Amino acid sequence: MSEHVVQSPLPGVFYTRPAPDKEPFVEVGSVVSADTTVGLVEVMKQFAEVKAGASGTVTRIHAENESIIGPGDGILTIEKG
Amino acid sequence: MPVEILEPGLASSIQDRGRPGYYNVGIPPSGAADLRAAAAANLLVGNPLDAAVIESPYMGPVLRFDEPTVVAVTGADMPVMLNGEPAPQWESFAVAAGDQLTFGFLRAGARIYIAVAGGFDVPVVLGSRSTYALGGFGGFQGRNLKKGDVVPVGRPSGGVPGQVVPETLRPVYSRDVELRVVLGLYDYRLTDAGRSCLLESEWTLTPVADRTGFRYSGPVLEWEERVQPFGAGSDPSNIVDAGYPVGSIQVPGGVEPIILHRDAVSGGGYAMVASVISADLNLVAQCSPGTRTRFVAVTLDEALRARADSADRELKLRQALGAAT
Repeated sequence: MSEHVVQSPLPGVFYTRPAPDKEPFVEVGSVVSADTTVGLVEVMKQFAEVKAGASGTVTRIHAENESIIGPGDGILTIEKG
Repeated sequence: MPVEILEPGLASSIQDRGRPGYYNVGIPPSGAADLRAAAAANLLVGNPLDAAVIESPYMGPVLRFDEPTVVAVTGADMPVMLNGEPAPQWESFAVAAGDQLTFGFLRAGARIYIAVAGGFDVPVVLGSRSTYALGGFGGFQGRNLKKGDVVPVGRPSGGVPGQVVPETLRPVYSRDVELRVVLGLYDYRLTDAGRSCLLESEWTLTPVADRTGFRYSGPVLEWEERVQPFGAGSDPSNIVDAGYPVGSIQVPGGVEPIILHRDAVSGGGYAMVASVISADLNLVAQCSPGTRTRFVAVTLDEALRARADSADRELKLRQALGAAT
């Protein structure tokens, strides 16, 4: 088994959910594929979707909702498989 | 020789030295947000200073070259890869037909500049190839670059690999930044406490930071009370409409100062409490969200000396790269 850490491609504000009144994109235990959206990063009034980049199960979420993150910061960890 | 945009990045655009002279009719100067980095990229590939480059904020594009040429990347600290192998920054290098240029995660700064020998050959509009995306003109079809765009390149006038910007002429980016400002024209609208607060507080750049303006979070500024004159809005931060200098700082409602940048609207009804000096606008362009910022008041004479120093640095850069001066 190996782990994959999803990194933010951008600096900005990280969002775990598509809208404040919506469910989070993923939670610990969610099964994802490489093209699953796991969060949004807002910068310059644009919202960029962050993709999982690997298939497996979400084991940890590192970035807090609405926190400022930088490029390369870990967003969440996926147990590949 | 065209360059194909395989991925555009976040908001990549074609920019040159800008389009001065039309701000009075509402058309901003545009041009590279960091003019010095763009100039360095052009000089490295043997281009004139006013050649057009690609500006990419926060995230690099993926480019494919159809013919051999010479390329340079300057500006923000971001890993450069040619066909997956590391390539240098602040140094010209050769690319072969079919080569792909990609980028890693941003490490410091905010905007990279990509120059190709010959410059990007988009139509000149009102004297410039710069994109003004809000106005829908200039650059490549009046907009930011999109996946699949094929951008023409002009005939090179020179350009050799291995040209290097000396370390001493490269910027060092920090997450703690001091920006020099000249107070006015409307700082008298702030109370003494409001003015002190502007100059003594630490401001944090928000994610609302693009070619139009850079918005900062921090404390609330206090305004002098007055009966608003005819034509001014009701908020104490409102004035009767006036022209906005590029670099001017407005504080709508007393919260979240905004530094206007090269794609700014030319006027409006918010009091400008200070203006970032022209020599520091390049530095503003290399700030990414979260950058801790202080505004340091300087006199107009100091601002003009800083502008002369900035011109002197550009001259040194030209000399270092063997450009005709």
